[in-house]
Amino acid sequence: MSAERPAVDAIGLTKRFGRLEVLRGVDLTVPSGRITGLVGPNAAGKTTFIKALLGLVRPDGGQLRVLGHLVNGDERYRRGIGYMPQSARFPENLTGSEVLDMLGDLRATTAARDLELLEKFELEDQIGKPVRTLSGGTRQKLSAVMAFLFRPDLLVLDEPTAGLDPIASGIFKEKLLSVRARGSSVLLATHTLSELDELADDVVFLLDGRVRFHGPTEDLKRRTGAPRLEQAIANLMRERAS
Amino acid sequence: MRNASRILAYQLRDVARNRWVIAYAVVLLVLTEALFRLGGDAGRVLLSLLNVVLILVPLVALTFGTLYLYSAREFIEMLLAQPVGRGAMFSGLWCGLALPLSASLVAGLGLPFLLHAGEGGLPLHSLVVLLATGVLLTLAFTAIAFLVALRFEDRARGFGAALLLWFACAVVYDGLVLLVIAVFGDYPLETPLLILSLINPLDLGRLLLLLDFDVAALMGYTGAVFKQFLGTSLGLTVATIALLGWTGVPLVLGFRRFRARDF
Repeated sequence: MSAERPAVDAIGLTKRFGRLEVLRGVDLTVPSGRITGLVGPNAAGKTTFIKALLGLVRPDGGQLRVLGHLVNGDERYRRGIGYMPQSARFPENLTGSEVLDMLGDLRATTAARDLELLEKFELEDQIGKPVRTLSGGTRQKLSAVMAFLFRPDLLVLDEPTAGLDPIASGIFKEKLLSVRARGSSVLLATHTLSELDELADDVVFLLDGRVRFHGPTEDLKRRTGAPRLEQAIANLMRERAS
Repeated sequence: MRNASRILAYQLRDVARNRWVIAYAVVLLVLTEALFRLGGDAGRVLLSLLNVVLILVPLVALTFGTLYLYSAREFIEMLLAQPVGRGAMFSGLWCGLALPLSASLVAGLGLPFLLHAGEGGLPLHSLVVLLATGVLLTLAFTAIAFLVALRFEDRARGFGAALLLWFACAVVYDGLVLLVIAVFGDYPLETPLLILSLINPLDLGRLLLLLDFDVAALMGYTGAVFKQFLGTSLGLTVATIALLGWTGVPLVLGFRRFRARDF
């Protein structure tokens, strides 16, 4: 499976918000069938890059291919993507199951849905309630269910475990590993580096809108002489500073 | 198109459960019923409702419309990450606002007339004109509300701009017309006043209602000019087309912003 087209292929991607240059030429090829961790300090451009993948942010320059499709305003390529944002908010008056149904209607797919997380999170008795009455953590769980629902080829996750309790977070990680085994690609932006130690095959380190490191997690540790990713990244940042 | 109607279906369910839309219908209903009970016959009630429609409908459409778009931001973000195009999203959103508001208006104003139809007959033609004008105003001012909300990133500023705009259309405009007449009274003012009336959708609504109801006393200056120069039927046609233009143009401009926007 890994010999396929890359999951994401960005060439010289740039984006500025007013005077702020957020992406300054991102060149990045995310291989398919692996879990790639996207790390970097705040304001490094992680969320902007992710939103560009989804077509939510329109890049100023460069070229971007996702799952082999050029991102140019046509929405169909997003059928292959499952997305979980940092904090998910839903139409307040709809119930959880209405939101899930709506996503199914929009994709017009008859394929069986992946409801494993719904069961494991024990959300079945919650999804009949209006979303506005759900707690923040429950909404986050619902958002996770939505990301996996259509068995996507590419999962794009922005700080997915930030609002989850340890048990839910464990279930979530297990699920990630199982979809990778099925051949899906995962792009995971996070600040929780210990999490990446468990999960990530590759690491992308983004700093000031450019890719400063991209390679297997093991390479990064070897290169910086650190046993854990946390130190490896810290070393990398220090290396840049000097 | 299929996606637009699906988004619309869910937006309708969301908005229909929204307390404000329901409150809007109830307020209109209570008001109309009260006018009936205060002893008016259907014709007088219609006349009293004229100003309610002209003042309240644009205000509700502008304020509720901007707030609606700001509060839908997360929903928009969620859906645009799905295989949904921006055209489908935008049309679904706007219809999901304009349809429930129009339905509330028609139900709130119309029901009491049906209930009291047995007492003194139903002035069907005038009622239909009143409701149609209310709906046209709703369409135009929700479209304008979308444009305002897309122009201002900041919620408070957008809401303020919407209120200012309503104030300009409902109050400042009339003062402006008076001022023009007072200052340039010695010149032929028909053409400038015709043009002036076209730039205010609220005044177009007023023209529609007054031309049809034929209440000269309430007509005001632009109305008199309209009637004098275009006659009733051409005047109605021009005002209707202009009001539809006030729906179409803001929608096109709004969509151009929506399409280029980062979420």
